[in-house]
Amino acid sequence: MDDVVLHNLTKTYRKGAAAAVKDVSFSVRKGELFGLIGPDGAGKTSIFRMLTTLLLPDGGSATVNGFDVVSDYKRIRKEVGYMPGKFSLYQDLTVEENLRFFATVFGTTVEANYDLIRDIYVQIEPFKTRRAGKLSGGMKQKLALCCALIHRPTVLFLDEPTTGVDTVSRKEFWDMLKRLKAQGITILVSTPYMDEASLCERIALIQDGRILSIDTPDAIINEYPKPLYAIKASLMSRLLKDLKAMPETESCYSFGEYHHLTFHREEEDSITGLKKHLEEKNYEDIAIKPITPGIEDCFIRLMHAKT
Amino acid sequence: MKQFLAFVRKEFYHVFRDKKTLLLLFGLPVAQIVLFGFALTNEIKNSEIVVCDYANDVASHRITDQIEASGNFSIHKCLMSHRDIEAAFKAGNTKLAVIFPLNFNHDLLHLNKAQVQIIADASDPNTATTLTTFATSIIMDYQNELLQGHSLPFRIHTDLRMIYNPSLKGATNFVPGVIALVLLLVCVLMTSVSIVREKELGTMEILLVSPFSPILVVFAKAIPYFFLSLLNLTVILILSVTLLDLPIHGNILLLYAVSALFILTALSLGLLISNSTDSQQSAMLISLMGMLLPTLMFSGFMFPIENMPLPLRIISNIVPSKYYYTIVKSIMIKGLGFSAIWKETLVLAGMTAALLTISIKKFKIRLA
Repeated sequence: MDDVVLHNLTKTYRKGAAAAVKDVSFSVRKGELFGLIGPDGAGKTSIFRMLTTLLLPDGGSATVNGFDVVSDYKRIRKEVGYMPGKFSLYQDLTVEENLRFFATVFGTTVEANYDLIRDIYVQIEPFKTRRAGKLSGGMKQKLALCCALIHRPTVLFLDEPTTGVDTVSRKEFWDMLKRLKAQGITILVSTPYMDEASLCERIALIQDGRILSIDTPDAIINEYPKPLYAIKASLMSRLLKDLKAMPETESCYSFGEYHHLTFHREEEDSITGLKKHLEEKNYEDIAIKPITPGIEDCFIRLMHAKT
Repeated sequence: MKQFLAFVRKEFYHVFRDKKTLLLLFGLPVAQIVLFGFALTNEIKNSEIVVCDYANDVASHRITDQIEASGNFSIHKCLMSHRDIEAAFKAGNTKLAVIFPLNFNHDLLHLNKAQVQIIADASDPNTATTLTTFATSIIMDYQNELLQGHSLPFRIHTDLRMIYNPSLKGATNFVPGVIALVLLLVCVLMTSVSIVREKELGTMEILLVSPFSPILVVFAKAIPYFFLSLLNLTVILILSVTLLDLPIHGNILLLYAVSALFILTALSLGLLISNSTDSQQSAMLISLMGMLLPTLMFSGFMFPIENMPLPLRIISNIVPSKYYYTIVKSIMIKGLGFSAIWKETLVLAGMTAALLTISIKKFKIRLA
């Protein structure tokens, strides 16, 4: 039995006028680190809130630990850990007071489950008499995770836990998640950062309330149907316009310091032809290289395929 | 139960660590008492009275002495022309002029009637009315004194008495008003804001996704404010007894019991507001507009309800502070017992039950 199962889950706002989540189905296996990847406004938070029984779905159904999110909401609330995207703790309570308060609210003590949070808590322990409002972003994050873990949940819901956190803290955070997974906790995490997708076991790409693809990050990348090229030259913005104007181009978008491009039909001389074409247009320092697509390339491709 | 206590403790931390909240909680009642007690007073104490005694005879002296003996006025005896009297009014502090014409006593004894002119500065009508009533009653007293022994067949006797508040102290009116105002403000504002704050901070989401019953969240929030409000009441009572010389005539336990009921009414109102809003600002606005104004206008402590047009009188019936104000006045000033206030108490209890039911029914166990 999978820990989290969604079946055609639908959520609309403004009395059905705005659909936030459309027929979403996926399931998260026991002990899995599952990522829900998508840009802001894709419906990630709505899905999380329905799964944590905070919102009622308008259609479809979902279960967590086998309990229905609507009828058995009380059971789910006892068993899951939830860290909302906006979670900011009680700013005027100290680190230790926050932790003890949440432990008591969940009917347990810090001591009883200390082994679970020890790795994380030792990092913030030197500041345990400091008010939570005076902590740095990364510290707050760790404290919030401790608070969400303190009752030893079977399923952990983390809604955009790394948004607004610096790169080093983000990396540390993912390391912590890996260790938690090793303890057998099922983790469902959402993030708008595509580069974090490869850190999950399986991911669901989501856009405009619809699931684009569900698989392991590698499988999603392997499914990319065409060779992808990265192109760089002088005058990048004019280059993008010219590349898009070429009849051979299927898709082209800027990606960091390169433009990524696929052809409609891959010919043997596609690359040399392209290079010649660009030289004729007086571009300098032309660099064209085949690359392995990343999750973001897959996302962009899937997004265009749907529309 | 352990969860509940932990929650209550957390609420106390919130209150005691926020200096602004503390200031509002305990600064407000002190400021109100001092403000109403000394600055915004509408009592007649220290009003200057000018006596123009053209008669300068037994009767006029006697009346002047009696006005002076009341202790509420500072008297200036003088002889002035009417023009000078007007100038004295314009200069400011003079609120009333009493003018005895020539031959006052002579007229009184021989013609059986005499005239005294009383001129009042009616730019403040309340003070003017109070003062003229006061002066008239003293003159009537003297008249009665004279008439003793004489038995004239027809005499019209105006009997004016200021009961409960013979010296017309303003404090008797406003202390119950301030108590109602402060309790209402503290309870409604604090509870509604503190619950909405959890929503705004996102901690409400966590609390909802926990085994802790959502209704208990609300009750745990109400408890600290319940006790703080009782403490507040004590501060106000101590201030009014020591600083304003306003004794508590009735049963103090009864006063506390009824106040506890009123605090519950206010707390359930606060809960209702917090259920209906999502931001601290709107909670604060609704609390202030919805509580402060009606309490000031419709409880009867600023403006007498009897003088209002019918629609406003009807509206005043749904303002809880009106009933509480009546109750506090009855207990504190008139020294009445429960038999005199059971009706108002019943109304308050009914309101509390209704508000509490609605707010618990309306309480969201989910986000939307």
